[in-house]
Parts: sequence; C-alpha cells; structure tokens
Amino acid sequence: MNIKDLSDEILFTPGHTACAGCGAPPIVRNIMKIFGKDTIIYTPANCLLVFGGTYPYLAWKVPYFHEAFENTGACISGVARALRKQGKKTLVVGIAGDGGTYDIGIQALSGAAERNEDVIYICYDNEAYMNTGIQRSGSTPYGAATTTTPAGTKIPGKLDHKKDMAEIMRAHEVPYVATMSIAHQRDFLEKAKKARDVEGFRYLHIISPCPTGWRFDPSLTIEMSRKAVDSGMWTLFEAEYGEITNIYKPKKKIPVKEYLMGQGRFRHFTPEMVEELQRWVDHKWKRIYGEEP
Amino acid sequence: MIQKLERKKMVITGDYAAAYGGMISGAEVVAAYPITPQTLIVEDFATFVNDGITDAEFIMVESEHSAMSACIAAQAAGARTFTATSSQGLALMHEMLFIAASLRLPIVMPVVNRTVAAPIGIWCEYNDSMPQRDTGWMQMSCEDNQEVLDMVIMSYKIAEHRDVLLPIMPCLDAFILSHTVEPVEAPSSDEVAQYLGKYEPVAKLDTENPMAIGTFAPPEYIQELRYHNHMAMENAKRVIREVTRDFARTFGHDYHGLIEEYRCDDADVVLITIGTVTGTAREVVDELRERGKKVGLVKLRFYRPFPREELQKIAERVGAIGVYDRAVSFGSGGPMFIETRHALYGHSIPIMNFLAGIGGRDVMKKDVEKMFEMLLEAKEGKTSKEIVWIGTRGVTP
Repeated sequence: MNIKDLSDEILFTPGHTACAGCGAPPIVRNIMKIFGKDTIIYTPANCLLVFGGTYPYLAWKVPYFHEAFENTGACISGVARALRKQGKKTLVVGIAGDGGTYDIGIQALSGAAERNEDVIYICYDNEAYMNTGIQRSGSTPYGAATTTTPAGTKIPGKLDHKKDMAEIMRAHEVPYVATMSIAHQRDFLEKAKKARDVEGFRYLHIISPCPTGWRFDPSLTIEMSRKAVDSGMWTLFEAEYGEITNIYKPKKKIPVKEYLMGQGRFRHFTPEMVEELQRWVDHKWKRIYGEEP
Repeated sequence: MIQKLERKKMVITGDYAAAYGGMISGAEVVAAYPITPQTLIVEDFATFVNDGITDAEFIMVESEHSAMSACIAAQAAGARTFTATSSQGLALMHEMLFIAASLRLPIVMPVVNRTVAAPIGIWCEYNDSMPQRDTGWMQMSCEDNQEVLDMVIMSYKIAEHRDVLLPIMPCLDAFILSHTVEPVEAPSSDEVAQYLGKYEPVAKLDTENPMAIGTFAPPEYIQELRYHNHMAMENAKRVIREVTRDFARTFGHDYHGLIEEYRCDDADVVLITIGTVTGTAREVVDELRERGKKVGLVKLRFYRPFPREELQKIAERVGAIGVYDRAVSFGSGGPMFIETRHALYGHSIPIMNFLAGIGGRDVMKKDVEKMFEMLLEAKEGKTSKEIVWIGTRGVTP
C-alpha cells in the first residue's frame, strides 16, 4: 500500500473536542480513509461518543449511531442484518473502548463473533475508563494508578494484570483478528484494508495512548504507542480463523522501565513492581515468539 | 418476503399465534432469546425461517439485552422487526426499552407475562410488564389466542402510524394462553400485506443520506424530546380507536379500542379486569345478572396509553368501580388501581382494588363473585375497604 494514494477525504473532521494528544482521533481519521463513505459507524458509551459530537455538532461524515454501553456486538449485528435484507454492501463498524470491550461489552461481542456477523469491531484501548475520569478496567496494566486503583499507602495501584482480549477474540476463530498501533502506520493501514476486504466477523484492537489518563506529555502519543510495542507491553499480530498469520517483532526489545518512565500512572512504582511487570512481559514474549527475551 | 399463505383456521397456542402474527406481518429482522414461557415463540419463528415460510433475518442473540439492542439497530437501519420475551428477560431488557421508545422505533414485542423472581416462578403475574410503564412503550393485554394474533398484526399498524411511532408490547398470560391451544382464524398473507403496507421509516441509517441517531445531547434538547414522546402516547389513543374500528371492518373481529365493555349500560357496579381473568369474569357477570344483580365488566386492553377518557365516562354512570390487579406496587397498591384512581380523580364513587392470581395462582369464579359482592357493599356504603387481597392465606378480604 502506498500512503500517498490514500484518499484526501476526511470522514472524521477536525473541530471535535478530544483532549490534546488523544490517540483516538488519529486512529479514527486514518481508518476512515480506508473504510470510505459507504460505512455506518456505531459507538457505545466512550470518549469518542462525546468528543465526536454533542448535538447539534458532529464530526462524522458517515451515518453514525449510538444505543448504549454494553451491546456494541448486538447493535452492529442488527444494522448488518437489516442491510443484508436490503441487499446493501455497506460496511458496518463498531468502535468501542476497552471498558466497552473487555468488561461490560464482552458478552455481546462474543455472541456476535460466534455468529460470525459480517461486521468490523474495533477496540481502541486506552487502558481505563477515561470518559468517566480514569477508573480501572480489565485492560488496565498491573500497578497503574487510576481513580479506583489509586497509588495508596497500603495498596499501590491495580494489583491485577491486563487481560489478553485479542487472544480471547482469536480463540473465537473468526475470519480476521489484528492488533495495531498508530506508530506503525503502514502496518496499521494494511490491516485496516485487509479488515475492510474480508467477509464475516473482524476484530481490530488498537492501543490508544491517553495523555490525560496515563499522565504524559501530549506531544508523545505516537512515541508512547511505539514504546508500548518495543517493550512488549503491546504486541502486533494478525490471525485468520484462529491461526496467527503474522507477528511483528520489534528490532530491539526495550526494558519495560523505559516505557513506564514517562507516565504518571506508574510514577509510584518500586523496583519490585517494575520487576513484576517485566516478568509478565517476558512471559508473554516467550509465549508469542517462542524464545527467551 | 414470505410465502403465500391462505386464510385459514388453526388450533394453536398463544405463543404460536404471536409468532405467526410477527411472521405474517412481514417482520424482516428478528432478534430473540428463549425464556419460558415465551420459548415457543422463538422456536416457532425459527421453524418458519428454516422451512422457508419467511426469509426474515433471524439473529439468535446471547441475551435479551442483545435481542432488544439488535432490534433497535435493525429498525434504525430501516427494517421492520419482531422479538418476544418474558419475565427476567424483560427485566434484563429494561435499559434498552427506554432507548427503543426514545428513538421512536415502532418495534413489536409480544411479552408472555410471567412472575419475576424471587422466588423464581414461571406462572402468570404482571410484575414483569407493568414496571415497564415509564419506558415509553405501549402495553396491552390479550384475552385469548385470537386476540394475540390479531393484536400483533394491529400492533404494527398502531406503532408505525406517523402520529405514534412508538414500540408496543402486546402481552399474553403465561401458560393460560402461551401454551394452551385454541381455534384461531388467520388472515391470508395478501390481506395482511395490503392492510399493513411496507414499513417506511421517517429516518434511517443510510450512507446515501448520512445522519446521526442517538447522539449525545445536552439539556437544551432533551426536554422537547420527552414532550414529543408524551404527546405521541396521547395520540396513540386516537390511533388505537381508529385501528380497531378499521380492523373490525377489514377482518371482522372488533376489539372496541382501548377497553371493551360488557353489560355496563345499566350496571350499578363494574369490575375492571385484564387478561384471561376477563373470560371468568364474563361468566360471573352473566350468573349474577340472572340473580338480579346489576353488575358489569370492563376489559382493560391498554395499560399504556391508559384509557382515562373511557373510564371517566363509565364512572359517571355507576355506583362503584373495582379494579383487578395481578401485580402489586409495594406500599401503594395494584398498578391498574393506581392508574384508575388517578384517571377518576374528582369522582366521588368508591374505587376498590382486588389483588388476586399473584404468582400465577388460579382466579376462580368464586373469587370474582367475592369482588362483585364487596363492590355492591361499597356502593351501599357498607364497606370502606380500598385494597383487598383475595385468596391470600392469613388475610381476610
């Protein structure tokens, strides 16, 4: 794919009210360049719902729809079936956050995947409930301070590790699963294109750094995405019908400490906590790449 | 599209009547999840699909919450939809019911009335549908399986009317109707298609004409939307009266609008009933009439919109009104009783509430006789009781 050939048409327009440095707008704007105008977007409750448009303003140039929080899988199923009945080939896309995917939305998501609905489900993952003010989700990494897992004197942040949602979706053996990062733009666009062209259930999972919730300099969003991948905290892969077909391996693996350092949510980390997170990353690395890090 | 179906007489369950009604009305997308005693509706519809009688899209979702979510989405994308549920399933849907009504989507959903736990029970009680009162759905109850079929067809006509555009739940009693076979006359598919016409949404998700549905909205806009929903429910009363008249002319079955009166003209007292108890109460009225008691019956069909004007007219000419309820609003009384008293504010006649059949217990003729007996006493000023529990161990009515 040649990035130069991408459409100039912007289907998610400027003027939205996302925080400076938010990872979601570049994700959405770029992915819409691949998906194009014949697309219907559903968003459950999340930041994107609010900053993408508060009536009577709207950043979307395509049909756009919201019902509730926990049901993205069911809502996109309903739209897709109605369109199939009308003989239309419109792309139906749900864009949920990590809370709407890992936690409250996992049941409807799993149901839609099992039925192999002809839709694309996107999880933009900023690792907490950012829309409601940074509460922990099933995606929040170990030790991170959120407003519901504060770095207290007794309990230092979140005690549980991040759930491997992409693996759960891979286990559904759907036509296409891909994990993505906006720091890896060609890879990002190619995966988006592949998702567009495959039929059946497609799951795209994109790391979406959040300067407000992670507490880092808003100019470093792309760098945070890259460091997440280079440290092994986030892994880029593709899977078709449950089989992994492509894994991106960073040229040089950086210590997890380098990823943590610029983020306020990890500021309270003791050496033992860094070690625990490194142990988790190393274990995952070995599982994915089949070799010691 | 559905196969050509001739006009025919069938001996069918209430659940089959509901499923047949949705199918013959041309539902294009169905999303449903099975729950006793609604299960037969889902099974029957699946059979219609798998036998090629309809080519409707059937989404076999993983919960009732997803069933309603998918129906809302499909309807928003321009499809005529159908689903059905009961009890716990309806409670799980509760959140989405508001959204269906507030997005003004004319979804039709038969509800088989069943007890909501605890304790878990599967028999008839209205504590599943009646607490959905304020979600913005129209809600009505059927007396027999013929009414179930007719009402599902009429539901589309009422819900899709431009002055209404609200979802509707026609309700049927667990087992007494859902699993009991009765002879039912079904119209032909051509007749129904001509009667309902094609579903033409006011707005829909369409990439040719992009628009947003259900966006985040500030206080500057929401109050007007609530007002319009309220007025749509008020409009529904007129539309329901028109539709039942028109249905009677077209198909020969007359349901008389929001209520149906039985021997009320010269009645001293009337009892308002709902659902299958109405059949029992009709017999009791006939027997009491033979004994010279001037009693009458009002079958309340619609709980939302509530037939305020109809009941006010009846209250002007009778000496006491009784309201039968199969659910209770704890600390207040039966839901229909509360509504009736509100509708009749300013009338000085006694209004009594009879709670019976709760949890699916049978309501016998003697129970209904007791209600009329107390109503006649109330008319004479011999009792001032308001809320009466009939057939409750340890409680004297």
